[in-house]
Amino acid sequence: MATALTVNNPASVHSHEEHGEHHHHETFLTKYIFSQDHKMIAKQFLITGIIMGVIAMILSVLFRIQLAYPNTAFPFLETLLGRFAPEGRLDPNFYLSLVTIHGTIMVFFVLTAGLSGTFSNLLIPLQLGARDMASPFLNMLSYWFFFTACVIMLSSFFVQKGPAGGGWTIYPPLSALPKAMPGSEMGMTLWLASMVLFVASQLMGGINYISTVLNMRTKGMDLWKMPLTIWAFFLTAILGVLSFPVLVAGVVLLIFDRSMGTSFYLSDIVLNGAVLPNEGGSPILFEHLFWFLGHPEVYIVIMPAMGIASEVMAVNSRKPIFGYHAMVYSLIGITVLSFIVWGHHMFVTGMNPFIGGVFMITTLIIAVPSAVKTFNWLATLWRGNIRFTPAMMFAIGLVSFFISGGLTGIFLGNAALDINLHDTYFVVAHFHLVMGSAAIFGMLAGVYHWFPKMFGRLMDEKLGYLHFWLTFIGAYLVFFPMHFMGLDGVPRRYYAFTEFESMKQWLSVNTFITWAAIMSALAQVAFLFNFFYSIFHGKKATQNPWNANTLEWTTPVERIHGNWPGEIPTVYRWSYDYSKPGHDQDFIPQTVPFSQTMTSNLPHDFEDDPDVEKLQSEWIKQNSQEVK
Amino acid sequence: MKFERSTYLKIIFSSISFLLLFLTNNLFAQGSTSTAPTSVNAPTIAIDGSMASDAMWMGIGYNVLIFLLICIVIAILGRILKIYDLTLQMQSKKGIDWNKIMAMCFGLFLIVGLYGAYWEYTVHGSMILPDAASKHGVRIDEMFNITLIITTIVFVGTQIMLFTFAYIYRGSQLRKAHFLPHNNTIEKLWTIIPAIVLTILVVFGSLTWKSIMDVPVSEQRSALNVDITAHQFAWEVRYPGKDGKLGLKNAKLYSANNKVGVDYKDKNSYDDLTADEIVVPVNKPLRINLIAQDVIHSFYLPWFRVQINAVPGLPTFFQFIPTITTDEMRTKLDNPTFEYKLYCNKICGGNHFNMQKVFRVVKEAEYQDWLSKQKPYLNDQLKKELKMTVVQPADSVIKNKLAFNKL
Repeated sequence: MATALTVNNPASVHSHEEHGEHHHHETFLTKYIFSQDHKMIAKQFLITGIIMGVIAMILSVLFRIQLAYPNTAFPFLETLLGRFAPEGRLDPNFYLSLVTIHGTIMVFFVLTAGLSGTFSNLLIPLQLGARDMASPFLNMLSYWFFFTACVIMLSSFFVQKGPAGGGWTIYPPLSALPKAMPGSEMGMTLWLASMVLFVASQLMGGINYISTVLNMRTKGMDLWKMPLTIWAFFLTAILGVLSFPVLVAGVVLLIFDRSMGTSFYLSDIVLNGAVLPNEGGSPILFEHLFWFLGHPEVYIVIMPAMGIASEVMAVNSRKPIFGYHAMVYSLIGITVLSFIVWGHHMFVTGMNPFIGGVFMITTLIIAVPSAVKTFNWLATLWRGNIRFTPAMMFAIGLVSFFISGGLTGIFLGNAALDINLHDTYFVVAHFHLVMGSAAIFGMLAGVYHWFPKMFGRLMDEKLGYLHFWLTFIGAYLVFFPMHFMGLDGVPRRYYAFTEFESMKQWLSVNTFITWAAIMSALAQVAFLFNFFYSIFHGKKATQNPWNANTLEWTTPVERIHGNWPGEIPTVYRWSYDYSKPGHDQDFIPQTVPFSQTMTSNLPHDFEDDPDVEKLQSEWIKQNSQEVK
Repeated sequence: MKFERSTYLKIIFSSISFLLLFLTNNLFAQGSTSTAPTSVNAPTIAIDGSMASDAMWMGIGYNVLIFLLICIVIAILGRILKIYDLTLQMQSKKGIDWNKIMAMCFGLFLIVGLYGAYWEYTVHGSMILPDAASKHGVRIDEMFNITLIITTIVFVGTQIMLFTFAYIYRGSQLRKAHFLPHNNTIEKLWTIIPAIVLTILVVFGSLTWKSIMDVPVSEQRSALNVDITAHQFAWEVRYPGKDGKLGLKNAKLYSANNKVGVDYKDKNSYDDLTADEIVVPVNKPLRINLIAQDVIHSFYLPWFRVQINAVPGLPTFFQFIPTITTDEMRTKLDNPTFEYKLYCNKICGGNHFNMQKVFRVVKEAEYQDWLSKQKPYLNDQLKKELKMTVVQPADSVIKNKLAFNKL
């Protein structure tokens, strides 16, 4: 096609002979452990992410038990946790550690590394038509830094005073003063060390994703032909690369404050009757640095999920994604805006009210691209021919959560309303729906959808349905009532609601929420069984089990090194030609040139190229004459 | 297919045998410790350690057993469905149409979900805070209600669209999806409409926010100042004396007798009072001056829609006018023991969940009466510590121009 762009793609020049398996003498170590193959690294990220996710979920069940039964002793907790649950009751400080580590693992290790790490690694080369990432070695390092960060984070459960306990936002001075709480001692040091490694991992990953997307697209794959997944991963990586270093800066200064006696965040402190010498620092500075990452971070979490949902919904509605350009522009809009909204986490810190007002404006503006995305998803379903694969179910669930959780963001983004809602259960409900449940649903949709590309087999559909419904209903049962607790002014991170008369009315609700949480947690067993069982015994997948258009489904089921046995396919069209009128099938892969689909070509396809338009119109003229 | 079924069967049989083994073990265990409670939810104080531990494991085993049983039931149900499906296909009928079932589930979910949301709004919605007990709080509540109405409409509308589309447009072999890549008009529409709605919310939100946080300096001067120092895990309260001015503080001056570090170089400090609870007059502007000594705390009074962080090294304040006294609220809520409580709402350590203080709103006369009973902050021990002998008369410091609130 004349419109096909020629892209300088060194990888595509290589022929199969150089990449064939017989040249690689892979040992177990190079194939499964220190692998440089993007598909294997993706699987490493996924399985590590799943394990971390299960751990974080178990932590949440532990503190949910405390919230449901604040007056009951559970001897098994003492057996399980030892000194952290004396006489079978969680220690209040350990409760905070559980909350902290649950949040940290879920936000960073599962929904950032587990989600971006898995699907960016898997799909960027496969959907763009590249043999591997720009730097496979850096990619391997990225995983191993991540893995080390995981190990360090978990090791904090085995130090004397327990893991970090200052909340996942680790605001100083609480986190800076080891004597302020047990969770600010060794556990916090490990948290900070783990985080530095984690950010290093994310930067290596992010740089790799960006350079691969920019430089290694196959012939014909111009930016506007990329699937929305790739757009989402690309913009997520840009966000990460620009904002994660700021977190490291904040963390490094915190490390200095903790161990070298500096006063970046400390001033006028009296702790346990001792006047500390620190002067001139500001805890608010840390909040600015933290949220400069922290807010983009929630978009780092949700954008890949959005990309996956867009792709899965288009494939399974058998319809092009509605408003492809609007979807891309809204992603770009979210990317840009997400850098200038961080202050909405700090409305009540005593920050100048004028700045609060500015942040309120930017925050509510970001709701516009989010609304556009939602409406476009709804329009994608409209008059579709929907195939309810488990992936599709989870994608629909994502949209539902994104709406429910996104709308409460309009309350919280409003500085005036935030005065009363800040740090209450309303916030907990909001972010668990909009970035917690929605993002995890995006991730699960991705796992179900691309499982065949990862393992060559299919996951069991019925178990997927069971998993979906229990999780979907469970998540709503857990988080919906929390809104009302927040509206009653119940603060988050409270160890027990027993000390305030006004909160006692929520004790029974807490019990209910805990049981709903336990149900959803047990529902994940269906997923875990399905996942691990299907790796070995699942139904064998065909090359293109979902009849999808994107390039990854043109690779062989065997998942060879270098992805395509021969030359890398050329791309001629966008990835959303589903149910195109005039074509006999309801999908046209990106590799099919327009010359083979003369019956279904639309003027729009030619991007105003007069030559091709002429060819097409001549063909139509000719054919209509034949009909006459 | 054959292989798959045999492995399934193997799994089922092996788990059943495992279960049986487990059951018998447990039954024997129960025989020996029949007096021990079996439920984990209601353990008693252990008389005998080993007995309690047995009981604990029993309880856990019992729960695990139930879960395994559920798993097996699900597995068996799955098998039955599969066999049923296969027989249907063998009789050359159409198998189970899972696509249709899932579509119907979405439809059902919509109906049940909408009812659930309605139930939540009415039942849990009636458990939320009563109307604001402060002047600005009423404006916040108005803002909240406007936002609530708009978002509820969008919530119901979009969820209905989502799940009805899922139900109506469920897949069928007979149909092809409608090829609709974009429609610029409608896309513009649903960009502009949210933008307009959000602009309205931003404008009203900004005005409300500004009216609450940007209190004119003259009003700040006339307000009653109360000084709160937060530390793990308590709030220290200080009232100005007759001069109506709070003396300066400096954390470095902390001592056992001077817990908030009042600076006695500032003459305004001499007549300051200390109090165990916060008592304020109704309908009078109140300026809460905050600082924290150790970690960040948050001064949160949900009934008044008041919240501001207490930050070490950074003085903050919140000015508002309480409008409903504690007594009035008691009648309103029909709760004779009701008290407004001050919560800490920023994670601050192990006892964060119990860092509270009674906040009482009373009539002016009652307030004056209470205030007259409060003791001076500068007590005899502190005087001794500061090597002060003479009690300075309060009148002499009024002329002093040093004011805490240099505004």
